[in-house]
Amino acid sequence: MLYNVLIDPFVQMGAAPDLFVQTIWEGLVAGVLYALIALGFVLIFKASGVFNFAQGMMVVFAALTLVGLHEKGVPAWIAVLLTLGVMAILAIAVERIVLRPLVNQPDIILFMATFGLTFIIIGLGEFIFGGEPKQMIATELGLPQGTMRFDILGGKVIIQKIDVAAAVIASLMIAALALFFQYTRIGRALRAVADSHKAALSVGISLNQIWAIVWFAAGIVALITGIMWGARSDVSFALQVIALKALPVLILGGFTSIPGAIVGGLIIGIGEKLAEFYWGPLVGGGIENWVAYVIALVFLMVRPQGLFGDKIIERI
Amino acid sequence: MVQNSTISPGDTLLKVDHVSLRFGGVKAITDVSFDIRKGEIRAIIGPNGAGKTSMLNVINGFYHPQDGTITYKGATRAKMKPYVAASQGIARTFQNVALFKGMSTLDNIMVGRTLKMKSSFFWQIFRHGPAMTEEIAHRRMVEEIIDFLEIEHIRKVPVGKLPYGLQKRVELGRALAMEPELLLLDEPMAGMNLEEKEDMCRFILDVKEQYGTTIALIEHDMGVVMDLSDRVVVLEYGRKIADGTPDEVKANQAVIDAYLGVAH
Amino acid sequence: MLYRESGQFKKTYSADMQVFPLREDRVGIAIILFIAAVVIPLTGSNFFISTVMIPFLVFALAAMGLNIVTGYTGLISLGTGAFMGVGAYACYKLTTYFPGVPIVIWILASGIFSAAIGALFGLPSLRIKGFYLAVATLAAQFFLEWCFVRIPWLFNYNASGAIEVPTRWIAGVPVTGPTATPMTRYYVILGIVVLMTWVASNILHGRIGRSFMAVRDMDIAAELMGIRLLPTKLLAFAMSSFYCGVAGATMMFLWYGGGEASDAFNINQSFIILFMVIIGGLGSLIGCFFGAALLHIIPVMLKFGLPAIGIPLAGATAEHINHLLVGGLIILFLIVEPHGLARLWQITKQKLRTWPFPY
Repeated sequence: MLYNVLIDPFVQMGAAPDLFVQTIWEGLVAGVLYALIALGFVLIFKASGVFNFAQGMMVVFAALTLVGLHEKGVPAWIAVLLTLGVMAILAIAVERIVLRPLVNQPDIILFMATFGLTFIIIGLGEFIFGGEPKQMIATELGLPQGTMRFDILGGKVIIQKIDVAAAVIASLMIAALALFFQYTRIGRALRAVADSHKAALSVGISLNQIWAIVWFAAGIVALITGIMWGARSDVSFALQVIALKALPVLILGGFTSIPGAIVGGLIIGIGEKLAEFYWGPLVGGGIENWVAYVIALVFLMVRPQGLFGDKIIERI
Repeated sequence: MVQNSTISPGDTLLKVDHVSLRFGGVKAITDVSFDIRKGEIRAIIGPNGAGKTSMLNVINGFYHPQDGTITYKGATRAKMKPYVAASQGIARTFQNVALFKGMSTLDNIMVGRTLKMKSSFFWQIFRHGPAMTEEIAHRRMVEEIIDFLEIEHIRKVPVGKLPYGLQKRVELGRALAMEPELLLLDEPMAGMNLEEKEDMCRFILDVKEQYGTTIALIEHDMGVVMDLSDRVVVLEYGRKIADGTPDEVKANQAVIDAYLGVAH
Repeated sequence: MLYRESGQFKKTYSADMQVFPLREDRVGIAIILFIAAVVIPLTGSNFFISTVMIPFLVFALAAMGLNIVTGYTGLISLGTGAFMGVGAYACYKLTTYFPGVPIVIWILASGIFSAAIGALFGLPSLRIKGFYLAVATLAAQFFLEWCFVRIPWLFNYNASGAIEVPTRWIAGVPVTGPTATPMTRYYVILGIVVLMTWVASNILHGRIGRSFMAVRDMDIAAELMGIRLLPTKLLAFAMSSFYCGVAGATMMFLWYGGGEASDAFNINQSFIILFMVIIGGLGSLIGCFFGAALLHIIPVMLKFGLPAIGIPLAGATAEHINHLLVGGLIILFLIVEPHGLARLWQITKQKLRTWPFPY
């Protein structure tokens, strides 16, 4: 049995390298999407210190809004703009109704508040758009369809064009965000707020504005994520379980690091798919559901701040 | 209340030998050695950032020094563990009051008795019986402390609601509940007015006299230090710059330059 | 005026340390127990008992479990659903192998299994805190959920893939299974819940409860006072999972009577119990009952109450509105009264001390 667990999977990898590459690619694709969700988390956490549990729901909500609007007859790109507007309204509403009243409460209370937010978004989304899964309007948005086929490594590797597009778009967005944080005035203000609310207030930074901006930015990220994701599979709130996987990503990458979110996402995505494909059959499959968390758990024991996060020092 | 140990008053209770502590690149303590004799009040003074609180943390076992040893009650260790420190009779108060804000004064002080409470989980399930008997016995002891510190009127008040001065007193009570041989006080009078300071001084002296507890005290008020302490250690930038009786230290030029200043 | 403590002097420490030192409180508890044991069975319909009271008791028990680890010890756990599941499956296997033993014994014993697993998944709590720990408990939640589905031995290789509750008797009366009446099941659950509440109260009012709260409030100071963090945290997890396990066992055996377990012990359940604890009041035993009551009444009202008074609501819509209401309630409570209904209750009692003369 030990052979099966420790040696055989690697043998299989070597025996069919094209399958191995395929699996890695699948993992990469999933990883990119996890990373995008984690990115939304990092944005909000960096700027407001709030761990926004509802980020995954925001992804689904944005996607549903887009598709819902399109169903009502709104042309694709107008629908995108309108959805951005909706996410902006959501950001302002969250800032006004949830964040402002809780501004000086301990982090744990804000964390729990985002749980409540998660439920509200689920309820709202299902109420307005109904509970059935929907189709993402990928073609209308000009996203590429179809597959590319590579005959290499003694076999074949099939890559969906949409996945390549997702990877490219994600990279562009991440680069844009990194530049934004580092070089713009608002980016600096966001980092100041992330460090200390009171200090930022005392130098005249408007917390309310900053928070609304940041939640809106996260909303944009959520929309793009939702589009990319929805293009691969249907859009429905069942995605919430997958969205929760962003949490292990954050643990690996550190809560405050954008590059960390990416690296973490890729590690989790690839690790998960490899585990499922090569070790999964040994135990009846379905490992994907929890492997990510176990990886995160191991990481937490060894390096609690993640690969890129800030070390937590306790003082008394 | 005095623990039976083979160390008599005047002997060394705690010795810190060539201790160095670093956090990454920051040197908090560099090669500091001093001792604390049983039954004395030892003050640790110095400007901010001198490493005084870090020193207490090392004695407690919260921080582990990179170099040096700690000898307590004759046993030498490279680093102290918090549980060992507590069970061997080291108690402390904190610079920023570290009370359990969700509990009342009485409960906070009762937590100090935890180490001495031995009733098993099984009896705790029933509460009435051996667990209750033990609880009452410890309650009696805690009430003595409450009496001693004159905080009867705030017994049941959640400590978060108390004014700062009273919180510090409750914290002292909680440390006393551990029946410590060595009591580490980190700025026990910070933020108090004159009256409160006098009360606190009185309590500290009473603790030494009534219970025979050895006390290490970090304090900024020079008047308090001079009046209360038997001997003084002066730290600056993590190094020891003076060590002796209050009068000796007051006259030490290095200390005057670094910390005390001259009368204008 | 109704709620006065003047005139009630305590002459001994033991009198002062009672859980309910005031006579009014003791009378109140007696009345509640009377209502629960006598009035409700006499006046409540079977529907009321099986749809409102029994689930309420199950949830209250689970909420107690979560409150012990999250409210009293400050360790966030999102694995409640899974631990409940462990209890349910443990009970199922125990009663499959030893059908002669009274089911109540197995229900209580199943807690031991979930306690062990809870302690195991609580090991990381020495090194990680706060939301990191929450994510670690998610590992428990998803892994155990996977086990419930992929280990057929757990559900006795049933074709349905779920627990099929067998009929069990106490003194000749069927207590579980299709022939058990709601009344019988109600009494069994009531007994279990009363007993376990009493035990929880005893433990939480004593040295162990104080250690939990010390770890929650300032673990560094607690450690420096000699409270060993890892054993205390593990005990919290173990005790909490014990209660969750028993709640899960009672849920399967005395409420559901067997069914799709994947629904009953999933992440959603973990969230709902967490919400009950938050709204009811973290760190408060009575809050568990308040929270369970409120968060259970809402869906029942939406599903049955509104149609009963003439407002028809589709099942799915009721779900959505439920989500909205619950989420909104959480945020409302966190803003207005983070200590939950329990604190509101305390404030009410405070007002009753002086009512009707507020000055």
